[in-house]
Amino acid sequence: MSSDPKTTAAGHGHDHGHGHGHGHDNAHDHHAHDHQDPKWYSPARWLFSTNHKDIGTLYLVFAMIAGVVGFIFSGFMRAELAEPGLQLFNGTAFGGFLGNEHNYNVITTMHGLIMIFFMVMPALIGGFGNWFVPLMIGAPDMAMPRMNNISFWLLPASFILLLSSMFVPGPAGANGFGGGWVLYPPLSGSTGHPGVAMDLVIFSLHVAGVSSIAGAINFIVTILNMRAPGMTLHKMPLFAWSVLITAFLLVLALPVLAGALTMLLTDRNFGSKFFEVSGGGDPVMFQHLFWFFGHPEVYIMILPGFGIISHVISTFSRKPIFGYLAMAYAMVAIGFIGFIVWAHHMYTVGMNVNLKAYFVAATMVIAVPTGIKIFSWIATMWGGSIEFKVPMLWAIGFIFLFTVGGVTGVVLANAGVDHALHDTYYVVAHFHYVLSLGAVFTLFCGWYYWFEKMWGIKYNGFIGGLHFWLMFIGSNLIFFPQHFLGLQGMPRRYVNYPDAFSEWHHWSTIGYWVAAAATIVFFIGLLEAIVRRRKGEANPWGEGATTLEWTLSSPPPFHQYNDLPRFK
Amino acid sequence: MEHITLKPRFHASGWRMWIKMRSAAWKYWALGAASLLAGGSAWAAPHVGGIDFQSPATETAKRVHAFHNEVLIIITFITVFVTALLIWVMIRYNRRANPVPKKFAHNTLVEILWTVVPVLILVWIAKGSFPLLYEQDVMPEQAREEEIVDIKVYGNMWFWDYTYNVGTDNEFNVESRMLKVGAPDPSLELQPERGDLAQLSVNNPMVAPAGRYIRLKISAKDVIHAWAMPQFMLKVDAMPGRLNQLWFKVDEPGVYYGQCSELCGKDHSNMPIELRILPQAQYDEWQAQYRASPQAARTYLDRVQPTKAAQVASAQ
Repeated sequence: MSSDPKTTAAGHGHDHGHGHGHGHDNAHDHHAHDHQDPKWYSPARWLFSTNHKDIGTLYLVFAMIAGVVGFIFSGFMRAELAEPGLQLFNGTAFGGFLGNEHNYNVITTMHGLIMIFFMVMPALIGGFGNWFVPLMIGAPDMAMPRMNNISFWLLPASFILLLSSMFVPGPAGANGFGGGWVLYPPLSGSTGHPGVAMDLVIFSLHVAGVSSIAGAINFIVTILNMRAPGMTLHKMPLFAWSVLITAFLLVLALPVLAGALTMLLTDRNFGSKFFEVSGGGDPVMFQHLFWFFGHPEVYIMILPGFGIISHVISTFSRKPIFGYLAMAYAMVAIGFIGFIVWAHHMYTVGMNVNLKAYFVAATMVIAVPTGIKIFSWIATMWGGSIEFKVPMLWAIGFIFLFTVGGVTGVVLANAGVDHALHDTYYVVAHFHYVLSLGAVFTLFCGWYYWFEKMWGIKYNGFIGGLHFWLMFIGSNLIFFPQHFLGLQGMPRRYVNYPDAFSEWHHWSTIGYWVAAAATIVFFIGLLEAIVRRRKGEANPWGEGATTLEWTLSSPPPFHQYNDLPRFK
Repeated sequence: MEHITLKPRFHASGWRMWIKMRSAAWKYWALGAASLLAGGSAWAAPHVGGIDFQSPATETAKRVHAFHNEVLIIITFITVFVTALLIWVMIRYNRRANPVPKKFAHNTLVEILWTVVPVLILVWIAKGSFPLLYEQDVMPEQAREEEIVDIKVYGNMWFWDYTYNVGTDNEFNVESRMLKVGAPDPSLELQPERGDLAQLSVNNPMVAPAGRYIRLKISAKDVIHAWAMPQFMLKVDAMPGRLNQLWFKVDEPGVYYGQCSELCGKDHSNMPIELRILPQAQYDEWQAQYRASPQAARTYLDRVQPTKAAQVASAQ
């Protein structure tokens, strides 16, 4: 056995310029090699890994840990908001451990940043993208395996920087950065947060940005160059399409964020005045730069999920995906339009009314390709032979929830109505429907769809179903009443509120406990599967599962496709 | 509407919280129903269990409200339609009902339909949306013929201040801070018996005359805040270094509540907006009183426009 990752992980699969004519079972290829796979407990396997599946696993484990942290943070928020008044963030609860209203703002800020940068993105792109893009396109590994390693390992560093920001000075006399995930100056500048906490947040996001850009370049190069012989772009599985488009969005959007963050950093520390009014700067410019990144970012979070849903719907309907090309180009359209609608997040900054009108029109256009996707998924099921396995439950649940989140987006697109709803709980409900119930549902959908493939063991269907139903009920209970709160005028990011808002906040908090139970069931399901070790099949889903990963064993061999599959 | 105090307490036990919450909620519902009968069909200020906008108080807000309701019907229809399709395929095309799947993957007609029909719906929505946007943002021609009332609004960490008669000899400034239970300063003590609402009522409300075009010039002195008035369907950021503008015209005197709507730090939740719309004569008198002393102005306000009565008035 060789535990040296340079030979075990990176030493194979580069000779893919030729294509042997065998398109099926590669499951036993690795037995031909004269070494064994590295042991799972070897630290070197994980620290120095250049294997896309191992790195995918690292991403998934990391996202799980970060997700639990982010979820606990939202628990503090929901507990605080269960009733009017200050329950937790009053300086005395738990011996004052949680601090005051400022610390509530810190918790909301961290919840947002963690869930976006350290949970959804690592899980969907880093986790499933790493695991399944090479498997689906018939590639032995990612194009740049060592860059893949650094992409991942920058992320824990970034996460530590972010978490440590909570324990260093932010505003005068308090710790942590409580200016919201949007980081608007002057609150994030030396006026609002003179302390070093905000600098740590900037460093953290810079590092996370480098990680994501490196990962995105890797995906683009891999997908454009390493598809199996015969697999043209127009034959490529939709998940690979979704990751390709996502990667382009990342490469185009993240540098703009990095630029804005750097300007903020020099404003704070070196006397520049990009966003400082006193020196002729303009805080609105930061918002333009931020949302030029921030709006594509929300598509970055949901597009890979679109890809997963397409495969799951097709697999369990035993029907090819309806309108494959329209599905792929709808994602391209969503990605493109996503770059020209950013200022709909800024209707109240005092923009020219003609400019607002443009952003209203552009924003509403997105509903068209999104509608095409929703209807095409239903058309895929139409005439199919649907089996309600756990991944399919998540997929159908996703279609419903994403529709609800999508139509409230159409309401918010109208600047006239948004003047009333901007920065209220209606917005909170909207983006949690598309992300917390949308992106996260696709994440669990992919988790159960590929569970057996990734880990080589079967999950318990009953526990998986219980997880789905608890999560479906819980998250709807959390977020549906928040529409009512928003219409009534309840502003976002409030630690305390008028008594009139108490009713729906109560329900919302109860929903949180249901979702918490769902999360516990999720981990019970994982533990149960690990303890029971029911041996996984290569293809548990039958004839509906047609992509290349199902031709491999479960789990796949440490190195696959040493002889490249030939795509019909 | 009655002011209700809930004891701020964190319940470790979800079950205990459930029981308490339900009993509290019934109290709210009963109260809500009672106020509904007493105060007419609409509401000033947010109310317990409310699921709609607060009652719109300006002509423009009424139109925005009506437009929203139309869009709400459309999106509800779309959601129900998608859900119905999902339920139908789950019943008709599950494995038992349809063991052999069909193999089609294209249908040009439905693909054109589900592209064109949404476009038409969106065009229809846009047709209603754009005029409203311009109506909200652009002051009507008519306003120029009359004398516009200018009030300057500054956001601060964490209170609002309002400057009246800017640039004239009568210029004066009103500092508006939230009232709360157990405030260190007695003048900031919340008085529920007066009709004060927790987290909404302030010591020195903003005051403006009824039936006039009001133009707010809004800015901030430290970080970004946002001046919001749900019953007018209006909101604009108070941005340091910028002067943003907002207009409204309210015909009925009453009290209107809003809350800061851009995260501005620790006490973001504690800088509400209380706006009193008074008849012109009372507005003038209030100004005279305020220049004498803020206390006198508040006493005058409480006399000519008692909070509880004003809340009912602005709900009509």
